[in-house]
Parts: sequence; C-alpha cells; structure tokens
Amino acid sequence: MSSNAAAGHGDHHEVSFWQKYIFSVDHKVIGMQYLFTGMFMALIGGFFVYVFRMQLAFPGQEVLGFGTVSPAQYNALVTNHGTIMIFWVAMPVLIAALGNFLIPLMIGCDDMVFPRLNRLSYQIFLLSALIIIGSLFVPGGGFGGAWTAYPPLSANSQYSLTPLGSILWVVAVALEFVAFLIGGINFVTTTMNSRAPGMKMFDIPMIVWMIVIASILFMASVGPLIAGAVMLLFDQTMAIGFFDPAKGGDPVLWQHLFWFFGHPEVYVVLLPAMGIVAEVMCTFARKKLFGYKTVIYTALGTAILSFFVWAHHQFVSGIDPRMANIFTVTTLLISIPVAEMLFVYIATLYGGSIQFSTAMLFALAFLVEFLIGGVTGIFLGSSAADIYFHDTYFVLAHFHYTFVPIAIISVFAALYYWFPKMFGRMMNETWGKIHFWGTVIPFNFIFIPLFILGTSGQHRRIYSYENFPDLATPDMQRLRVIATTSLIVMLVFQVPFLINFFYSMFKGKKAGNNPWNSNTLEWVAPSPPPHGNFAEMPEVYRGPYEYSVPGRESDYWPQNEKP
Amino acid sequence: MGMVQPIATRRSVTGISTGKLAVWWVLGSEIVIFGGLLSCYLFFRLLYGHWSEEAVHTNTFAGSLNTLILLTSSLFAVLAHRAAEIKDCRRAFMYLWLTIGGALSFLVVKGCEWTYEISHGLTIGKSLFWSFYYTAAGLHAIHVIAGAIIMAFISFDVIKGKNLQRVELIGIYWHFVDIVWIFLFPLLYIAK
Amino acid sequence: MESHEPHSEMYYVKIWALLLVLLIISICGPMLEIKILTLVTAFGIAIIKAGIVASRFMHLNVEKKYIHYMLYFMLLMVAIFFAGVAPDVMRNEGTNWINVESKSLIEHHANIMDPEEQEPEHH
Repeated sequence: MSSNAAAGHGDHHEVSFWQKYIFSVDHKVIGMQYLFTGMFMALIGGFFVYVFRMQLAFPGQEVLGFGTVSPAQYNALVTNHGTIMIFWVAMPVLIAALGNFLIPLMIGCDDMVFPRLNRLSYQIFLLSALIIIGSLFVPGGGFGGAWTAYPPLSANSQYSLTPLGSILWVVAVALEFVAFLIGGINFVTTTMNSRAPGMKMFDIPMIVWMIVIASILFMASVGPLIAGAVMLLFDQTMAIGFFDPAKGGDPVLWQHLFWFFGHPEVYVVLLPAMGIVAEVMCTFARKKLFGYKTVIYTALGTAILSFFVWAHHQFVSGIDPRMANIFTVTTLLISIPVAEMLFVYIATLYGGSIQFSTAMLFALAFLVEFLIGGVTGIFLGSSAADIYFHDTYFVLAHFHYTFVPIAIISVFAALYYWFPKMFGRMMNETWGKIHFWGTVIPFNFIFIPLFILGTSGQHRRIYSYENFPDLATPDMQRLRVIATTSLIVMLVFQVPFLINFFYSMFKGKKAGNNPWNSNTLEWVAPSPPPHGNFAEMPEVYRGPYEYSVPGRESDYWPQNEKP
Repeated sequence: MGMVQPIATRRSVTGISTGKLAVWWVLGSEIVIFGGLLSCYLFFRLLYGHWSEEAVHTNTFAGSLNTLILLTSSLFAVLAHRAAEIKDCRRAFMYLWLTIGGALSFLVVKGCEWTYEISHGLTIGKSLFWSFYYTAAGLHAIHVIAGAIIMAFISFDVIKGKNLQRVELIGIYWHFVDIVWIFLFPLLYIAK
Repeated sequence: MESHEPHSEMYYVKIWALLLVLLIISICGPMLEIKILTLVTAFGIAIIKAGIVASRFMHLNVEKKYIHYMLYFMLLMVAIFFAGVAPDVMRNEGTNWINVESKSLIEHHANIMDPEEQEPEHH
C-alpha cells in the first residue's frame, strides 16, 4: 500500500473558477459550499424570527423591513423558520460542512472516498434549498402548517390555503433527505475504510465518531418518513387518503412516521455538536478527554434509545395512555446517557489549564445552556405534566435551549476553532469575545420569558393573543416585548461576527499549521490545506487527546509524531 | 471527466472495498424506506378485512410472471459478476444486458398490467388498498429503472475492460431490488 | 475481493432452479384454500427465497460479519417502527371512545355483498 506517497495530484494545469469553486469535487470546497449555504439560510431563518417576534411583541403593527404580518404570513414564517433552521442550517453546517471539511483531514487521507457523489449530494441539497425558498413566493404563499406538517392541514389545500406551497415544502424536505443519505454514505464509508495507517477505531477524534454515528442514525430513522413524505405528496396532489379517515387512512399515522424520524433527528444534530465541544475543550483545557470510550458508548446508547422515545411528541394526540406510560419511562431514561456525556465533559475541564479563547467560551456556554434545555425536557417527558405543557411556549423554550446551543453556539465554537485551518488566517479574538457575550446573554433573555409565558399557558403558533384575554395581560405582553427586544440585541451582535468572519478571511493575521497546538491530524496539514491535503500522508501512533502527558516537556503530542 | 482517484478510495481498513461497503449502506437505508412503507400497508391490510375484496382483483399471473422475470434477471446479474471475476469482459457485458433485458420485461409486464387495471377503474384513488398497491409497486419500479440505467452505464465501461469491480456492486443492488419484489409479491398478490 | 474460487455457472443455475420451485409452491399454496397454509407458504417461502438470494447471490454467506449486523439492525428498526405504531394505528377505539368514521367504514364494507361501491363524494 503506497499510502505514504504524496497524493497523486501533480497536475498543475490551470483550473477555471467554475472547476475550482462551483463544480469542485474537493471535500474542503464542498464543505465550504455547505457552510455558506447554511449561513445564508440562517440569515433567512433569522429574518423570519425577527418578523414574527415583532408581530408577537407589537401585534398588528408594521414590521420594519416586512410590513404588516397577516395571520397566514405568520403561520408561514413560523413554519419555515423551524423547517429552514433544522434542515437547512443545523444539519448542513453540523454534519455536511464540518463532516466534509474535517473527516478526511482528521483521519489523514486526501479526500472522501466518493468525491463526485459528494458533489452530487451538495447539488441535490442546493436544489432543495432553492425549492424551499421558492415555495415562499408561489401563489398562495409558503406552507404554514408547522414544520411537523400534520395532515389534514398539510394534505388538504382547502385547509392549508397554500396549494403550491405545501407541495413544494414536502418536495424540498424529501430532496434534502436524499442529499443527506448520499452524503452520509460518504462519511461512514470514508471513516470506516480510509483511516491513516495506525489509526485504530479508538484513535478517531470524537467529532468524527459523532458525525458517523449521526449519519448512521439518520439513515436508520429517515426511511419511514421518506415513505410518509411520498404518501403525503400523493394526498396533496391526487387526493389519495393515506392520512384521511374518510378514506380509511389515519392522520396519526403521519405523526408516527414523522416522529419516528423526528426524535432521532434531534440526536443526529446533538451528537456532532457534542463532538465539536469535545474537540474544542480538550485543546483549550490542555487535557485528555475524561472518558473517551464512555462518551462513545453513551453516544451509541443515546442513539439506540432515541428510537424508543418518539411518541412523547404525541402524548395528547389520542394515543393509548398505556403507550404513553412506556414512552414516558424511555424518555426519562434517555436523559441519563446525555447527562453522562455532559459529566464527562465537565470532568475533562477539572484540573485542566483552561485558555478562554472565543471557541472555548462558546463550548463552555454550550454545556451550561444545553444543561438547562435538557433539564426542562424532563417535565415534558412525563406524560402527566405534558398534558399541560404540550403546545405551550414551555416546549418552545425547551427546544430552543437545546437547539440553539446545538445549531448556533457549538457552531460558533467550531467556526472560531477551525477558521484558521479553513482560511489560513486568524479571526479577531476581541471581537470574538464581544460577539460571544452579545449572543449568549441576550439568548437567555429571549427564552426565560418564554418559559414563564409557557407555564402561564400561552399556546404556540398563535398569531396574536388579542382574543385570549387571559394571555393578553400587560404582564405577559411585557414578557413578549422583553423576548423580542433581546432577540434584536442578539441579532445585532451577529453583525460584528459577520464582519469579523469575512474580513479575517482576507485580511486576518496569517495562521500557521497549528495555531492552537492541537493534536489531531487536521493541524498537520497546511492552513488552508491544498488539494490532496497532506504533502506526505500521515501515520498515526496514538490517540487524539494526549495533552499534558506527564514526563513530556510539551503539553501536546500530535497523533502523527513518531514516538 | 478524467479524475484521479483519491488515495482515500483505495484504502480499505475494514477489508471490504469502499464501493461494496457503500452499496451495503445504501441497501441499509433502503430497507428502512421500503420497510416503513410496507409496514404502513400492513397496518391497514390487517386492520381492514374488507381489503380482501379489493385485493382479489390483483393479477396473480402478472405478479408471478414478474417474480419469475426478476429471479431470472438476478441469475444473470450474478453470472455477470462471476464473468467479471474471471475477467471475461464480453461475457460480463452480455449477462449485464440480459439483466437489463429482464428489467425491461418486468416493466413491460407491469405496464400492461397497470394499463388493464387502470382502464377498468382500479385507479390509485379508488381505495386505500389500490393507493398502497400503486405507491409500493411504483417506488419499486423506480428502483428497477434506476438500477437498469446504472447497469447500462457500467456495462459500457466493462466492455472496455474497465471498473470490473462495479459489476458486483450493481449486482448487489439488483438482488436487493429482487428481494423487495419477493416480499411485494405475496403482500399484493397472494395474501388475498 | 472474493476469497474463494468463483463458482461454476451451473452452481448459480441450480440455485435459480431452486428459487423457481419455491415460487411455484408459493403460487400453488393458495389453491388449497386453507388460509393458514396460504400465509405460511406465501410469506415463509418469501423469507426463504430472500435468504437464498441474499446469501448465495449477494454472497452474504462469505461477507464480513458486520455487514450482517448492520442489515439486521436496519430490519430491527423496521420491526420497532411496526411494533410501536401498530397498537396505535390498528386500534380504532379506546376504552372510552370510538372512532366513528372508521367504525362506519368497516361496517359498511362488512355489510355489502356485491363488489365495491364507489365512496360518496367527500369535499
């Protein structure tokens, strides 16, 4: 095996802009394509939340940059905010962008095993993104039946009033699933087969493990929903009755199809986020991961348990209460492995020599905020309490306290951490810290009021509470205004990030190969890595977290350094 | 399209070639997709006794003929693989096209069957049984078409002696398509 | 790559012949009109045929073990889905409620003797 030979990319012919950036098969370019698409979609999702929160805080008033919000538009905004943030921001950035960019680098090879399939997966993904955006502009407007798309609202255009929007929504989501199935094949196969010589299974960096487990989890759970999406599409376009009781179908069947995937899906995005935090924390605590194998086994345990909890989303849908009992038990059980992972991370910090870089600050914030999110899930997991909490803002605050750490906070940690490797330059740390505080503090002031509103009984997905006297009290309205104001502050603080990000890309201080003195293989390659990644393919001699090893002068020990 | 194959593609830590590993993972996700759809069919089939009145109208002869065709095409696919293993490119090419011939025959029989059924009012919207019938068999047929197209592309390389390992890979996919039909056949045609 | 000598063509043709025999049995099963026998022959034979195609044609019998485990895992997922959803979707009444629409649909079909009537138009 000539795996140590230089990558056979000695062809120095001129590549056109199109070849190099648009139609490239290089995993790093494809990763960047996913990243920038995801960031763009985040702007759209963020704009939507600005508009509908303005409507909630100041009902009926014109929103700057949008106009008055009609009830139908409100529904479309909340639906597409959720859909876009999960499928077109969280998944592409956490799995596709980071997976594509990092996996070949971290396992010491020159690309993914199927570069052209990789490019195809991005192209399908891009098509799905264009379709979901397009769905907002068709006659009738964008789909407004919530990201969960329960029939008959989603199946029957006489109820949804968005005949085209509903169809395009389903098509976009289905295409996104196909793109991620294809992408996942690449990640799993590459990690299984293409590791550097000497890299045994337990020498693989945690984020690679997590992305691979997430991809397998996705593959194993999305099948029934793809079938369901086809069935929903037929209900929408041909008035078939898969989910119509009058024709013998069952709307609750859709709920099961959706949530059988929907619950594992949240772990699909959680695991890569935890992987990011592991990488960042070990580097900036200069300490070995407290329980590498424990984290892997609990991640696998979480993934498997995640298949047994889905009906906790359906406690009040009329399911058999005896089923609800079983799902309560499993749901409460699944908090154990996740908590275990958090404990391992906290134990990793203990005794470390912590450097408070911006990436580390975001990683630490992840732990704190996700803990709050997880703990509030316990209330929702008990079917008895859920009878009250279901469909209130308590649920919303719970899942934002989990999703925002996953999709925003850990992503920022990843971006600040791997920016030098991606672009060859350093981001500005001062502005990074300003961005950090301006993101995390307002975030809490958005969602703590929403917890309070939820326990006070505020329903979800309501355009205006004017007709709900109990919910339209001045106290409650004040909480809504606080939440909206904090959101605007948080959005404003993203501006320094964007400026920092794009300015540093071109004018930041040049970064060396390994600015953070980290162990993993991606820091061996130049910053940014050329086509083929490594001048000489690395060989691995130890695990990824050998920091502060007693008896060694240096506090880190790269994986590829000869013993 | 001359792309240098990355070193990544040539490595094989697991001992299985990357192409084969990938095809097995594809099949894994397809199992859950078809399994999900067929589970839904099964929920209703077992619940609604009166579906047997609808199911009696499926064409068992056409279904049996198609099962025979697909089993035979699977034979051709594995013979193509065997030929590729002994590097007999012309034989492999012939068997690949016999397999594609099987696929086309399957689609012709299905086309005739569906034309007859639709013209006699047994449409996709007639009852939920027929909705599942057309959806499940339709999804399967799409996989047949995709498989046949990919097989044709692979055969063009094979006749030039290139990428012979892909014969096995498309074969594995093809056998899976056959297995799905092996289960669709009793579900839709026998269990009346 | 394959670790064994390629089989002769006859080997695969013999397996195909076996599959054909099984197919014929599964078609003839229903002709005896015993419901249990029909189901056993139809689905039991389907499982056997699938097993033969998988092990002999797809060469799973000589494939690495973890491919087997991965496939069993996926089948297990389908089983979990079925087991978790069936109690909900396949029961149309609870202890204190009845699904009126489904009940009337099932009764309507149980009562008619002739072939399927058209469902009344629903808006």
